[in-house]
Amino acid sequence: MGRYVVRRLLQMIPVFIGATFIVFMMMYALPGDPVRALWGERAPDEAQMAALKADLGLDDPILLQYWHYLTGLLQGDFGTQISSRREVIDVIGDALPATIRLTVLAFTITVVVGIGLGLIAGLRAGGKTDGLILFVTLLLISVPVFVIGYLYQTYLGVKWDLIKPTVQDSEDWGQLLLPALVLASLSLAYVARLTRTSIVENRRADYMRTAKAKGLSARRAVTVHLLRNSLIPVVTFLGVDLGNLATGAIVTEGIFNIHGIGNTVFHALNSREGSTVVGIVTFIILVYLVVTLIVDLLYAVLDPRIRYA
Amino acid sequence: MPEPQEPQAAATAPNSPDAGPAAGAAVPSQGAPVAVAVAEAGPAPGRPRSLWSDAWHDLRRRPSFVIPALIILLLLVIAVFPGWFTSASPRAADLTNHYLQKPQLTHFFSPEWLGYNQQGQSVYARIIYGTRASIVIGLSVTVLVMIFGSLVGMLAGYFGGWVDTVLSRLTDIFLGIPFLLGTMVILVSFDTRSEWTVTLALAFLGWTTIARVMRGSVIAVKQADYVAAARSLGAGTWRILMRHILPNAVAPVIVVGMVALGGYITAEAVLSFLGIGLSDPAISWGADINRAQERIRNAPHILLYPSILLSITILSFLMLGDAVRDALDPKLR
Repeated sequence: MGRYVVRRLLQMIPVFIGATFIVFMMMYALPGDPVRALWGERAPDEAQMAALKADLGLDDPILLQYWHYLTGLLQGDFGTQISSRREVIDVIGDALPATIRLTVLAFTITVVVGIGLGLIAGLRAGGKTDGLILFVTLLLISVPVFVIGYLYQTYLGVKWDLIKPTVQDSEDWGQLLLPALVLASLSLAYVARLTRTSIVENRRADYMRTAKAKGLSARRAVTVHLLRNSLIPVVTFLGVDLGNLATGAIVTEGIFNIHGIGNTVFHALNSREGSTVVGIVTFIILVYLVVTLIVDLLYAVLDPRIRYA
Repeated sequence: MPEPQEPQAAATAPNSPDAGPAAGAAVPSQGAPVAVAVAEAGPAPGRPRSLWSDAWHDLRRRPSFVIPALIILLLLVIAVFPGWFTSASPRAADLTNHYLQKPQLTHFFSPEWLGYNQQGQSVYARIIYGTRASIVIGLSVTVLVMIFGSLVGMLAGYFGGWVDTVLSRLTDIFLGIPFLLGTMVILVSFDTRSEWTVTLALAFLGWTTIARVMRGSVIAVKQADYVAAARSLGAGTWRILMRHILPNAVAPVIVVGMVALGGYITAEAVLSFLGIGLSDPAISWGADINRAQERIRNAPHILLYPSILLSITILSFLMLGDAVRDALDPKLR
């Protein structure tokens, strides 16, 4: 186990370097000048602009810039925002709590409702409930998230007045419920369908027959044996999905005006704030890598037959 | 390292009944009933039906395949000949057609059918002409991703060793970049973005899944007897890859590609909605929905109709992919 973790951590290093390098290149090698953008419509002062660029290290060759960025990262330095001169790590720290709260809520909804629906559908495979759940989840997958956002906001929030339609205070869980529902709806549908497929495949497995033969109640056979064995593909999906929720939040945070990571990176992109974008994307890549490692370790918990040497 | 998706996807490949004369004996036990069923139902006893004609036989009587296929056919016609469906120009703006007018839902196919937007443009004409962007981007991203992803996956899976290590790590690297955010980073640096800019950006980051599926599928297929037979007959590497491995390994890739197509159409709509996708004068459902959101309270029709058509399009491609997967996967029969 320990050796496996070390090997995985070592494998992460080239992936991390490669991914950040590509994002760095995409941000800086493509046209667009963040320093020039500081002046907006006005004519910039050439000398001042040159001084600022030299100060920020933007005159160095791109590979050298990346080297500085990478060595900075190792010391916990995610870079400095160009316009405000704030540390990018502080910017992330400001936006992170709202995104974490939103993600936790959305993730809980995804897991509880998604696995629940999948279990119900899988145990009644071929029936009417199953058909209904399959259809509704397919609908949730095909309606884009921004349409779902406006639909929920208009109906659940404004017309039927069930939940607060906008978020004034991102520390209020009640206000975050609606955006979390929107954020969760796509993953929820995938989780429900994956769980269903997995349950249907495993329902007739030998161990289920054994469980029944030795006199276990149907409830215990399903929760302890069937569900545990069926959850492996679901956990894989949930892991990848958790890594992607921050990106998915760009649209949701925009619609509901939540000051989170998604919103911050979107505004930074539009103002060509290279260092902020690269810093936040680096952070998201790190989260993704850690989550995928945890998922791989979870396999062994779910299925004792999987051993890591 | 356990990767539950791979063996599952790969499991469809070796059951292919057209695997040659030796296949009858070589089919793994779980595939045996299928092979028997095929032999019984097949028209001519001499030649067993291939995986594809078997799937086609199964698909064409399923409503879950026929209905989305017909819708997609209609969408393709709309995308190629939008002028057949509306006389109005999607860009003609006449402010006497006020956006607060209620849509004339009984005036089928006329410009005022689905109402007007804030610029006095016909919503119906906009959604008809907006079809092309979604379809073109969805299809071309899928084609590009299938070609490149399959090539990477095939080389990694067939050659193994250091080729596999290098290509798999490359795939991991691209998989580590968040998909939507990554395409946004690419696209934001272009001032005008056409269908091709968006397509290339999506394909640049989108090929990884296909590469992984293809790699797993090729690894499962390359041990087959007919590959060894071809090699011992002196077939070259290229010939083995193209004539023997690819046809038998491609099924799971096609399924993943078809399901992904719906995802690329969604991605284009989301990008255009955020203002980083297609730029004017291109007509895109996502961009139109974005412009409609400010009037959602008093003129919901501007947002509603492009959303409905967008959802129907994505739904059709997803259902088609699902149906094809069910038909190609013998385990689900």
